[in-house]
Amino acid sequence: MTLLDVAGLTVDFGTGEAAVRGVSFHLDPGECLAIVGESGSGKSVTARALLGLSGGEVAADRLHLDGRDLRTLNERAWRDVRGRRIGFVLQDALQALDPLRRIGREVAEPLLVHRTVPRGEVAGRVRRLLADVGIPDPERRAREHPHQLSGGLRQRALIASALACGPELIIADEPTTALDVTVQAQVLDLLAGLRAAGTAVVLISHDLAVVARLADRIAVMRDGTIVEQGPAERILTDPGDPYTKALLAAVPEGTAPPATPGPPVLQARSITKRFGDRTALGDVSFDLHAGETLGLVGESGSGKTTLARIALGLLPADSGEVTLTGEPWSALPERLRRPHRHRIQPVPQDPAGAFDPRHTVARILTEALAVAGTPRADRRDRAADLLRQVGLGPEHLGRRPRQLSGGQRQRVAIARALASDPAVLVCDEPTSALDVSVQAEILALLGRLQAEHGLAMLFITHDLAVVRQVAHRVMVLKDGDVVESGPAAEVLASPEHPYTRTLLAAAPRLPVR
Amino acid sequence: MKRRPAPRRPGAARRVARRVAGMAAVLAGAGTLAFAALRLIPGDPAATLLGGAPATPETLARLNAELGLDRPLAVQYLAFLGRAVTGDLGWSFQHGAPVTTVLGQEIGPTVRLTLTACALAVAGAVAVALLTAGRRASRALAGAVELVASSTPTFWLGIVLLTLFSFHAEGIWLPALTLAIPVGAVLAQVLREGLEDALTQPFALTARARGLGEWRVRWAHALRHALVPALTILGWTAGHLLAGAVVVESVFARPGVGRVAVEAVLAKDLPVVVGAVLLASVVYVVVNTLVDLGHLLVDARLREA
Repeated sequence: MTLLDVAGLTVDFGTGEAAVRGVSFHLDPGECLAIVGESGSGKSVTARALLGLSGGEVAADRLHLDGRDLRTLNERAWRDVRGRRIGFVLQDALQALDPLRRIGREVAEPLLVHRTVPRGEVAGRVRRLLADVGIPDPERRAREHPHQLSGGLRQRALIASALACGPELIIADEPTTALDVTVQAQVLDLLAGLRAAGTAVVLISHDLAVVARLADRIAVMRDGTIVEQGPAERILTDPGDPYTKALLAAVPEGTAPPATPGPPVLQARSITKRFGDRTALGDVSFDLHAGETLGLVGESGSGKTTLARIALGLLPADSGEVTLTGEPWSALPERLRRPHRHRIQPVPQDPAGAFDPRHTVARILTEALAVAGTPRADRRDRAADLLRQVGLGPEHLGRRPRQLSGGQRQRVAIARALASDPAVLVCDEPTSALDVSVQAEILALLGRLQAEHGLAMLFITHDLAVVRQVAHRVMVLKDGDVVESGPAAEVLASPEHPYTRTLLAAAPRLPVR
Repeated sequence: MKRRPAPRRPGAARRVARRVAGMAAVLAGAGTLAFAALRLIPGDPAATLLGGAPATPETLARLNAELGLDRPLAVQYLAFLGRAVTGDLGWSFQHGAPVTTVLGQEIGPTVRLTLTACALAVAGAVAVALLTAGRRASRALAGAVELVASSTPTFWLGIVLLTLFSFHAEGIWLPALTLAIPVGAVLAQVLREGLEDALTQPFALTARARGLGEWRVRWAHALRHALVPALTILGWTAGHLLAGAVVVESVFARPGVGRVAVEAVLAKDLPVVVGAVLLASVVYVVVNTLVDLGHLLVDARLREA
């Protein structure tokens, strides 16, 4: 018996072409359908239309849930479906849960709205729901606010609130984006458990490798239509549509081209750092050579970003020393460090937050050029030249950050970093906020720039597949300690430390073609 | 997601101590300004204190000595602050009583008036904001009304309301409404903006996807987010309410600190004027401290900062 039957679904916001056009799919109980596509493909709009929350004009030939025609529902009847028949999970529980309310109240809310449980039993049910999704000490967690939980626990709590009334369908819209790979794997396993227990799952993602773990069937969306759908195995191993092939090719799988490392440009010796009574870094050393990429891998809280900030001279180490091109760096007072700052530049995770939203791209770049000492008369030309190097055109000079796509913004961030002709780039999760297809482009760009300029890169990521693709050497951090390091190919092929093996096992990966 | 290590959390005792020290500093500043105003008014203070009544040089000299006005300015300043701290704000010539007694007698009606006005403003603003947020036509209408209301002078509003509802003039509602309307209008604007912002956040979508109706999403989720900026404005409008009370009490001929202050200004009864200024600054500081505590109550994330 088909649980969800959608045919010819169209969602129109009245802004030119409809956002979703003629989308059809169906879903059986206990089945997982993945809808995969890039930002703007219409996948999230499709998901929301299933809840009557798309905000646009919805039309369909069929839109049936368990034999009931959703097209005929009025607002009141829709409310009965939402939360009770269909549970909805968004990405990033820090924003998807009400940050001002306690976890327990958030999970209890669907129970109170739908009155599926007598009032007196709500608290007990909330505790059981939290325990069921794998949250330890649910009694205490229920009294805490979302910001007090780790990213993984928060996401579990969000799932618990979607499950509260025992819906037969869960719609999860990028439920693991912004999570570490190991946590992502756990959340996907949790959804797999639900599916095994008979709940149907619609999983929305931009990443085919992520859905490969869970999906029975995959629908690939592009520009508002489904270009291809079928059994997961066939889509992943024998795609018919060129767009599906392109998405598959974007999943990082390759290895970095061999580098001919030059002299060491950034050296760290026995760096330690404590915050209060917590050790952020305990004795970390590394050499970074010109023309090579050192991948720094670990989960949230492993100390990667602390190490990057110390390397950039933005945070003093408690002990140990960093040298830049053989000269003292961390030991210098800021006044003496500033003239050399142009030699080492950061590429941020989310450039949207790293730009002044009111500045144009031209101003962002000319400001960086001014700091690097470029004469005023040359700055405009140099800015256009930088844009060309990162694959953008002079037409982007007048845009503001908001008018750019995520990938374009990251290109501008890289152009800004290049403005001062640096020897070292410190990239902190530069692609984790991007679609897989865009990530592939940015990684290729970084590789090309490294070859052209002989750049040394400190590349921070929690994603081993990305590291494999860009890094020549790898350093695995856990709780502030280096647990394993060596040539990327070796470490990733035969990891010695159990933690590295855990990370590798958690990394999303496509079935072998 | 990156998480910065939380800065060391200062102990509760230290936070309270810091806050009390801040309050004391603000009050000392207000006292200094009040003292300066007293002394900067042209003419002989003693003559001013006598209210312009003709006086012989001997009388003036005796009064100067009695009031300590012949001592150096710094000594007078410290003495003034010292007396103010112990609650001695001087003697009202107009009323023939200590300033604290004069103000103390009048403070009850003013507190009743401003609290009623505050309650009216908050209730009205919350209702209007909840009803109009995100609804194009009604928000445009409400926005226009609020703009007019918030820019209407209090005295004029009071006179208009008096003319319209003169038969209710004795009660507290008309003067309270006069005070509440401009404050409520500003509050409603801030609340609506906060609501509209909150309603576009992911948690609002989550709430709708749980089966909550629009009203419940607004009431149970978005309103609390809108309260954060609104609380700040509310603390800020404490000053507006006090200033408004001066006008409203005069227009409606109500007893209260505001009217006493106006009469004191007209009669050049300076100790009472200074007392009223100090009282206003105490109220302002206390209200804004409460607002900060309110923020901590509303937003748990701030408790860790």
